[in-house]
Amino acid sequence: MPDLLIELFSEEIPARMQARAAQDLKRLMTDGLVEAGLTYAHAEAFATPRRLALAVEGLSPQSPTRREERRGPRTDAPDKAIEGFLRATGLRRDQLEARDDKKGQVFFATIETPGRGAAEIVAEVLEHVIRHFPWPKSMRWGAGNLRWVRPLHAILCILSDESGAQVVPLTVDGIEAGDTTRGHRFMAPEPFAVTGFEDYAAKLRRAFVVLDAGERAEHIRAEAQAQAFALGLEWVEDAGLLAEVAGLVEWPVVLVGEIGADFLDLPPEVLQTSMKEHQKFFSLRDPKSGQIVRFVTVANRETADDGATILAGNRKVLAARLSDAKFFWENDLRRVREGGLEGMAEGLANVTFHNKLGSQKDRISRIEALAREIAPLVGADPDAAALAARVAKADLRSEMVGEFPELQGVMGVYYARAQGLPEDVALACKAHYQPLGPGDSVPTSPVSVAVALADKIDTLTGFWAIDEKPTGSKDPFALRRAALGVIRIVLANQLSVCLADIIAQSRFSPWRRPWDLPHDFSAADVDDIDDVSTAIERIRTSKVRDWVLDDGEEWVRRMKTALEGAFDEDKLNELKGIASDISEAEGTVFGADLLTFFHDRLKVHLRDQGLRHDVIDACLYTSGSAPSGATPGNDDLTLLVKRAEALSAFLKTDDGENLVQGFKRANNILTQAEEQDGVEYSFGPDPKLAEGLEETALFAALDEAEAAIAPAMQAEDFAAAMAAMARLRAPIDAFFEAVQINADNAILRRNRLNLLHRIRAACLQVADLTRLEG
Amino acid sequence: MPQAPEKPRSFQEIILRLQGYWASRGCAVLQPYDMEVGAGTFHPATTLRALGTRPWAAAYVQPSRRPTDGRYGDNPNRLQHYYQYQVLIKPSPPDLQALYLGSLRAIGIDAALHDIRFVEDDWESPTLGAWGLGWEVWCDGMEVSQFTYFQQVGGHDCRPVSGELTYGLERLAMYVLGVDHVMEMPFNDPDAPIPLSYGDVFRQTEQEYSRWNFDQADTDMLFQHFQDAEAECQRILGAPATDSAGRAITMAHPAYDQCIKASHIFNLLDARGVISVTERQAYIGRVRALAKLCADAFLRTEAGGATDGAAA
Repeated sequence: MPDLLIELFSEEIPARMQARAAQDLKRLMTDGLVEAGLTYAHAEAFATPRRLALAVEGLSPQSPTRREERRGPRTDAPDKAIEGFLRATGLRRDQLEARDDKKGQVFFATIETPGRGAAEIVAEVLEHVIRHFPWPKSMRWGAGNLRWVRPLHAILCILSDESGAQVVPLTVDGIEAGDTTRGHRFMAPEPFAVTGFEDYAAKLRRAFVVLDAGERAEHIRAEAQAQAFALGLEWVEDAGLLAEVAGLVEWPVVLVGEIGADFLDLPPEVLQTSMKEHQKFFSLRDPKSGQIVRFVTVANRETADDGATILAGNRKVLAARLSDAKFFWENDLRRVREGGLEGMAEGLANVTFHNKLGSQKDRISRIEALAREIAPLVGADPDAAALAARVAKADLRSEMVGEFPELQGVMGVYYARAQGLPEDVALACKAHYQPLGPGDSVPTSPVSVAVALADKIDTLTGFWAIDEKPTGSKDPFALRRAALGVIRIVLANQLSVCLADIIAQSRFSPWRRPWDLPHDFSAADVDDIDDVSTAIERIRTSKVRDWVLDDGEEWVRRMKTALEGAFDEDKLNELKGIASDISEAEGTVFGADLLTFFHDRLKVHLRDQGLRHDVIDACLYTSGSAPSGATPGNDDLTLLVKRAEALSAFLKTDDGENLVQGFKRANNILTQAEEQDGVEYSFGPDPKLAEGLEETALFAALDEAEAAIAPAMQAEDFAAAMAAMARLRAPIDAFFEAVQINADNAILRRNRLNLLHRIRAACLQVADLTRLEG
Repeated sequence: MPQAPEKPRSFQEIILRLQGYWASRGCAVLQPYDMEVGAGTFHPATTLRALGTRPWAAAYVQPSRRPTDGRYGDNPNRLQHYYQYQVLIKPSPPDLQALYLGSLRAIGIDAALHDIRFVEDDWESPTLGAWGLGWEVWCDGMEVSQFTYFQQVGGHDCRPVSGELTYGLERLAMYVLGVDHVMEMPFNDPDAPIPLSYGDVFRQTEQEYSRWNFDQADTDMLFQHFQDAEAECQRILGAPATDSAGRAITMAHPAYDQCIKASHIFNLLDARGVISVTERQAYIGRVRALAKLCADAFLRTEAGGATDGAAA
């Protein structure tokens, strides 16, 4: 069983593409080999900046011979047909076999494809893989036509077994495969031959190349941590940067350098970002002060001066970078001292947020107004929330954020402090963007919460108003993230706020965009009949019409009537009243639509937390209302989740599970009877008609349950409501056991159906149990 | 390995050594293009000569202007006027990386002591409708050059592919000479009878142009000049194929001059802060459209390889 070794040696492969490329090489080669009939025991791929390598162990020496039988024409078929069959199979007539078949004698051909040697197959598959390699971006070079990520210089391809190594004969676009490679570009540039994977890896290491990216990363990590430890510092871990740096070197040499004293008073985030983004440096932190005090660079070579020249150069480059950062920092601080963050925010009038939603400045004033409304609901001072909203995005105009966009918010905190703004206002600069992703924390200080909610709701209502809602996988404005952010903020802070009210406060809600006649509309304007007919046209095309068509027609009729005859103050008021009615209706539709979006996100969020979606549905739509008309109170997410959690816990108990069964049984019988009889059995059942202990007991139990459930729900004590409901379980079970609902006596039957209705009504107060699955 | 040459002592010595090195490697050493450009790539010796099938090898210094980078001569390494050294070889030779490393050696960068790396950096010029793949070359963490294999210019595939090297001369020289502020860098030999620093030559011009670029350039006039250049470029390329004497001459280069002009005027307007984010894209698109027209025209000329097929 030979082993296969392949190395594709090129100019420097982008770090971010290496790992994927190694995996692609392994997958495409092994798939191709297997498809051609070879088997193998094990395969492993590697990448360095200048090479992709693949080692395949235990490859079969050749593919098996394949036999295939094909049925041909009848023996008495015309010559033409038989000749065609011979051409198709590549056989002679005497090689065909005549066999009896249902239709008479038929020719059969047995085609034998002899197995092929591994070398031939490897050459064929490898050429195909090279020519069709899935690089994210590839290029041509020189006068050739081959595409690779950067110019491909050499192909090493050998099959080796006990008897030695053989080069696989292969030439791709003038590059002939061989058994040689090269070591480190500078430390060991001479070519050398290899006989197999072990020999290859060992010789590479002697030639200053660590083949395995994981090993390079591990070396960097261990070395950086050791050097940090020796200095009493801690290494700031950064997995993304580590993987990238490991892809930039074949022979990692970790060097720690000092950051000039001039720069140590820059915020640690600035130091870290500048060092990482520009220089791909790691940071070392002083655990006592939290300051970044050293940098770690990873060189690609050893030098006679132990890296002194390299380190000096890196230090100098860093100093130039940090002087820029310091220049930005000092300029920004000066601007803040002179004009405050509000002055800095002035320029945001020239920054477009979205061409239909105005500038960043427009957006900030909307957020300010909304934050002021939300503040009392979340325990924040409205003035503080408004101030925070005005300054929270000012740093978008700072020079530092211009240079490092990822520092938005972070710089705002520093600048707000420098201006002497209250700490909770300062913190809101960063916190109002949060949570930025599933792993990010949620703002908790009331001012931050108010601005964060206002920011997200402004985004949502704005894009909703211009009909830019997410569809399928497309969510260019990250509206799902915004909605999830609102949900997480509300739940984490146990906020008792009604989202529908907040949405209605948004400038984009039709509530707040009164669908009105112009402010200065007066009797005189009625002569200009166009205004009013435009208004009527707006009703006709209003989105509301789809939802409440009758009202829409009614409005049109009312408006027309108002225009008949002489026009006076009363008619003007009538028109204004109609306009305001329409705004209200549109506002309701808008709010309900957006609320449904929130509910969908909430379901996804809670499902991730392990809550069943049907449990959430049951709590969302109590009383069996339609999704569009979610139950009042369902925009209080905290309450909703409490209810869902209580229901979920209840369903896990024995009582809960059985009660649901009892409820469903009652509900099914009742629903059937109601459909069959065409009546609703909602009259109170008469306890005097109860027969037997079980029925009497159920009446008593229902009296008790109803008396307990309503006040418990009122007090939002869901556990108590569930417990009260649970106490119905035994009486209901006993009732069904002992009593026949569809009694022959029609009066008894009706009374029992009415009794079932009481069961249903009592339970539906707590949650819509009909929506539970199973 | 041969001993690394002695370190250069001045800015001009680094330029001279690069000139000597690339001349010895067979490049035609050209002179700067006599127009204001944002980068060495705009020189027709690169933009236009990267097009078509004819082999090409050229090296030159190109003074470059980036109005928004002006800092009144105060910043240690930002300038609104600076020099690029540019090499373009078509087709890109297989040993271009080695040739390039040889040029670093020639200016005193000893690869045995320094950490030289090729870090992914794909190049794209939206105004030229051009892109390529390559790297920025780092020496001890500093970007010393751009190294690009051109794939498209003016919307045309490059066949064969040109290899382009661009050295930011001031930054590179400051590093090699161990200078911290560009204005303190020796321009000529520090032992010359009249030693001149970079600041002696350029500090005042940096101040003057920074003021003009940021505060004074007449934007109405510039908008007008942009339109004029655009119109002239289109007019030149729309002229009849033959002149009054019946000579068939495509005026690709004069048209391209107007494209360069439009591009630079756009940069000036940008520095004056009078182009909004949305307009920006539109202006870049207009320059790109000119570059595309010029590239189309160049490919119809002899230097663009249009006659090669006919001659064969």
